[in-house]
Amino acid sequence: MTDAATEPDKITGPTPDNALRAADKADSGPVLAADGRPLKQSLNRALRAQKIRALALIAPLLLFVLVSFIAPIGDMLFRSVENQIVEDTMPRTVQVISRWDPATDETPDEMVYQAAYFDLFFSAEARRHTRLGQRLNYESTGMSSMFRSIGRDLDEFGEPYQDAIEASDPRWEEAGFWYDLMSGEGANDLLESRRDSYMRLMGQSQRTVFGDVTCGIGSVFGNPCDIALEDVPLEFSLSNDITEFLPLTAEAYSDFTVFTVLDEGDVVAEEEPWEAVYTALGIDLKAKSQAEIQAYNGTGADALQAAYTALAEVEDISFRDQFIDADPDWGIQQPWQVLQTYSAAYTPGYFLNAVDMQKSPQGWELRPENQRIYGLLFQRTLFMSLVITFSCILLGYPIAYLLSNLPARKANLLMILVLLPFWTSLLVRTSAWKVMLQQQGVINDVLVWLGLVVDDGRLVMINNQFGTIVAMTHILLPFMILPMYSVMSTIPQSYVRAAKSLGATNWTTFWRVYFPQSVPGIGAGSILVFILSIGYYITPEIVGGTSGIFISNRIAYHISSSLNWGLAAALGTILLIVVLALYWAYDRIVGIDNVKLGG
Amino acid sequence: MPDSSHTDAFVEFERVQKSYDGVQLVVKDLNLSMPKGEFLTMLGPSGSGKTTCLMMLAGFETATHGDIRLDGKPINNIPPHKRGIGMVFQNYALFPHMTVAENLSFPLEVRKIGKSDREAKVKRALDMVQMGNFGGRRPAQLSGGQQQRIALARALVFEPELVLMDEPLGALDKQLRETLQFEITKLAHRLGITVVYVTHDQTEALTMSDRVAVFDNGKIQQLAKPDELYEKPQNSFVAQFIGENNTLEGTVREIKGDTCVVQLDDGGLIDAVPVNVTKVGERTRVSIRPERVEINKDRLQEGAHMLKAEVLEFVYMGDIFRTRLKVAGNDEFVIKTRNAPDQVRLEPGTQIDIGWLPDDCRALDAPSK
Ligand SMILES: Nc1ncnc2c1ncn2[C@@H]1O[C@H](COP(=O)(O)OP(=O)(O)O)[C@@H](O)[C@H]1O
Ligand SMILES: [Mg+2]
Repeated sequence: MTDAATEPDKITGPTPDNALRAADKADSGPVLAADGRPLKQSLNRALRAQKIRALALIAPLLLFVLVSFIAPIGDMLFRSVENQIVEDTMPRTVQVISRWDPATDETPDEMVYQAAYFDLFFSAEARRHTRLGQRLNYESTGMSSMFRSIGRDLDEFGEPYQDAIEASDPRWEEAGFWYDLMSGEGANDLLESRRDSYMRLMGQSQRTVFGDVTCGIGSVFGNPCDIALEDVPLEFSLSNDITEFLPLTAEAYSDFTVFTVLDEGDVVAEEEPWEAVYTALGIDLKAKSQAEIQAYNGTGADALQAAYTALAEVEDISFRDQFIDADPDWGIQQPWQVLQTYSAAYTPGYFLNAVDMQKSPQGWELRPENQRIYGLLFQRTLFMSLVITFSCILLGYPIAYLLSNLPARKANLLMILVLLPFWTSLLVRTSAWKVMLQQQGVINDVLVWLGLVVDDGRLVMINNQFGTIVAMTHILLPFMILPMYSVMSTIPQSYVRAAKSLGATNWTTFWRVYFPQSVPGIGAGSILVFILSIGYYITPEIVGGTSGIFISNRIAYHISSSLNWGLAAALGTILLIVVLALYWAYDRIVGIDNVKLGG
Repeated sequence: MPDSSHTDAFVEFERVQKSYDGVQLVVKDLNLSMPKGEFLTMLGPSGSGKTTCLMMLAGFETATHGDIRLDGKPINNIPPHKRGIGMVFQNYALFPHMTVAENLSFPLEVRKIGKSDREAKVKRALDMVQMGNFGGRRPAQLSGGQQQRIALARALVFEPELVLMDEPLGALDKQLRETLQFEITKLAHRLGITVVYVTHDQTEALTMSDRVAVFDNGKIQQLAKPDELYEKPQNSFVAQFIGENNTLEGTVREIKGDTCVVQLDDGGLIDAVPVNVTKVGERTRVSIRPERVEINKDRLQEGAHMLKAEVLEFVYMGDIFRTRLKVAGNDEFVIKTRNAPDQVRLEPGTQIDIGWLPDDCRALDAPSK
């Protein structure tokens, strides 16, 4: 043999060894370009324009993906744990209820009921309390109606105090008197904190840069935005003295001011306060001693003195009793427990719910057997998606094989048949399956006509898992065939011929040579079909009945019917995690490099 | 010629025809017979049916008509994997998901050969192509030349008696191709295997083969040893296809035994060997190799016919001079002269006389119009 041949590495061309050797030979130390700058720097400079152009080209898509994909997913992730509604609607209650220990077998003390009264009064005025009722209803049924009934009755709770105060001095019915009483300097912090509170209740958090930008964009299009709520002048300044003397009253009056100005657009000085303000005044005064009252000498001291005297005749209001009167359920631990459990701004509650668990004072626990549905649904979704994927592989592989080995013209015809489903509406195809599979449908008719099935024993093939599997296999089949086909058509015929010439039978050739090389296509198709089917909605909805529906149908139900978006988001997030986990597992086992969509 | 006796023929094509579409014959009436141990090359332009012949022999295409025999037995009905024929492809066809060693042991595994035996054979085959250290690599980690060596080793590892190679070196660069040409022939002779080799590269065909079958248009145009093919082409296609060649067209004026006189279209007369002209008055195309044209009258026979020529171009090529002339209306007439100390360098524009020995000028078939 020649010298060149005795040493394979002498073979010219890009062998790994040659590359290594070439790299060794290159001088170490930075290489300089003609202008004396390091070569790397010059290269970067030359490539920069190219990079900028590339960025400009992808920018529209990037933006689109960001807005239409990343942002919604982020929003979904956020919603699945977000629970600010409780704190926003009942801030005072959330604060005091944390001290309550449900293990004592008692309902919370009067303080909690009182805080709940003021919170609910305010949110009922803003017509927001029912939303919280709905939210808590997800955790414990019945809460919704409890909130509705308390909202109706709340107005009368403070009546004894109000009547007594108003009777003690006619000035108590004057808006102007109240305004003068509360006006002063130094306590605007409280006022502003109530404004914050209101804004959170109304779902408008502090002004953000983002808000300003959208506002700016809006005004460009002739849609000037309102003055931000936080910038609206309240035309009122709270006195520090009165705040220290009558804290509850000052707070209630602040709430009243904020609501009157921001919500109703009225002037505080012209409006008679809410009943809750009288209630607060009643509580404040009743807590004072005679001496304390006499020590006060600010505005309206005489009126306060009169009210104090009048209130002495009136029995203390028990908020607890009033609540129980409105709805006896307020007298048991359950609603308060739920409130306490879900008082945090972020909660794992939706996720627990999504995996059939719940929070209880003892920690997390499984829900009672008859309330568990999501675990079953997830299992079913995964299982049926697997079955669908396997049926697609079984049905699709031979077709893809045929497609890639047929002469071009016949392959084109077959390809059109494969693609035909893509050109028909999904709804039409699914409905067609309904026609085919139902008990009075085509298949049953044929079976009965053939005598294989008796007329009153027609097969149930729809509104169950079987129907879903059949219809979805059909619908997703092209997604399996196309990647398989594009991989198979890149397998050169010479591999098969080489294997046969080496003595392999048709089967060995297929199994040991052809099949391993088509695996990337199977992988790509399977991932595609599996992920598509795991989130499929329309087909199970139409042909799935109750036993054939998927988790996505439940998600859709929570989005559009029960309006429990948090739970829908948690379910969606779990689905996303499952898919990512499977993807990761697939990568570990098969290797994502082995997934090919062709080429 | 070795194809005369049926008894020692190892590979035999008899009246084989092949059509893919039922309209056109891709292989027309192929007759070929090879003794054991021969290295035969099928040479021809692309589309001339070489691969088709090879595939019929390997069993991947069925002959539309005729018999193919291997070692005296008809193999038309034997499936490819039972024919025991080794194959080497242009794209190597190494299984990408197997290592080099697994590729090589594949044919042994399907033959149910024991593990230790297998390993020994694989090692021997790898050593044979100087790739002993590459058993653990994947084909993608090898260069083209290395892959082709492995492909060769794989085709030989199960010790077939017949090996088919379809343009095995077509994808490699020139230098590597020459190295491997040499190795393949050497291996083939050492192992005593019969090889059918397909190429469209005439140099490859001439340097490697015992015999060359020149294909055109589905037919063997000539089947001969390389020197015979070059020096005694049987028809104008072979003359054109193999090596450089000058042609002049004319009419046969006189046939005398194994010489004839041809009158060129511009009136000049030349002597030639009648190869496939039979009667006076027939149109013919004469062919002369550039290196057989003589510009020195003294070296020619007495009374030989000479032609007038005008020098158009002179190219210095190192070992030879290549001069382009205008002869009898053909201005692509080339002569090659050796770069010897006494050799004249012809200046463009000069008029010279040229001639040749009658044996070197062959009167072949005229191109059909
Ligand atoms: N599988 C096939 N189907 C139809 N025609 C083919 C097929 N393979 C080859 N041909 C045709 O047969 C002729 C000879 O092809 P081939 O044997 O590959 O020639 P070569 O190998 O000499 O280049 C060409 O015209 C080609 O188009
Ligand atoms: Mg070919």
